[in-house]
Amino acid sequence: MLDTDFFRRWMAATTAAVDREADRLTDLDAAIGDADHGSNMRRGFTAVSDVLDKEAPATPGAVLTLAGRHLISTVGGASGPLYGTLLRRTGKALGDAPEVTPDQLAEALGAGVAAVAQLGGAQAGDKTMLDALLPAVEVLASSFEEARDAALAGALATVPLRARKGRASYMGERSIGHQDPGAASAALLVGALAEAAEPSGGGDA
Amino acid sequence: MSDGRQVGIVLVSHSGPVAEAVVELARGLAAGGSTAPVAAAGGTSAGGLGTSAELIAEAARTVDRGAGVALLVDLGSAVLTVKSMLAEGDELPEGSRLVDAPFVEGAVAALVTASAGGDLDTVEAAATDAYGYRKT
Repeated sequence: MLDTDFFRRWMAATTAAVDREADRLTDLDAAIGDADHGSNMRRGFTAVSDVLDKEAPATPGAVLTLAGRHLISTVGGASGPLYGTLLRRTGKALGDAPEVTPDQLAEALGAGVAAVAQLGGAQAGDKTMLDALLPAVEVLASSFEEARDAALAGALATVPLRARKGRASYMGERSIGHQDPGAASAALLVGALAEAAEPSGGGDA
Repeated sequence: MSDGRQVGIVLVSHSGPVAEAVVELARGLAAGGSTAPVAAAGGTSAGGLGTSAELIAEAARTVDRGAGVALLVDLGSAVLTVKSMLAEGDELPEGSRLVDAPFVEGAVAALVTASAGGDLDTVEAAATDAYGYRKT
């Protein structure tokens, strides 16, 4: 079972990963976007970690709902509402349960990913965060390690794609040959699940 | 008309100066006298380029007279932020609506219509109609 502490560790491990990889995310964004993805995500998840320390929400769903709300208000770029919607809808789908199974998390994250697709109007293959999230959700119920690997593979598979959404889509053919920064950060979020599940915990953000 | 209460307009741009300037332009073109309430929500809270959910919520509260609030946006995160705020349900006043319209032309049409006492549907229709005005 996954308890509230697990979800706090997940957010802490994501914050640590985003902080560690912020320069890489910004470099990826510099190639096809506006070079702020790393700093935007770092600002957003730092705010998430701060508020989770302060407010100590009581359930897994409440952790994700609070995190999502803070991403929307602090990120300042499109990744704010996209990641905010992802976590908030996932949190809402988890309801008030004090603990959830990996199956329930997989199903809830599936609902969150569907909400992201609806908000941004993107599909698989459009060179977006969905290209990492969709394959991860499919295998999440099997294991977090498989989900992490699927998300990473999905992010790498965006390199040859042509961007069809967001600012990168204005570049047309020139967006080909670069990894999508949103898919790269989504792989960090999924990878942090495996870290949070380790006995030592990934909690030292 | 909705019992004399006017629809509020919020203009959301990635840039504070753009949002402020379009408010000024719309007011100027909405003829003399007083206009319906209109507010800018441009840039981030720190004054940079981007979108701030807090500035949007504050602007919407400022212009809300109980007849609905029409939000016009420029692109990217401005669109997504307003959409996600509307999906949340409690950050924007009741009767808030994202209006699909060209930012500058739609802002003028919306403010003129709201100032004349049009309800939210009429304001939205006027702003959206601005897409149909061809320039060549």
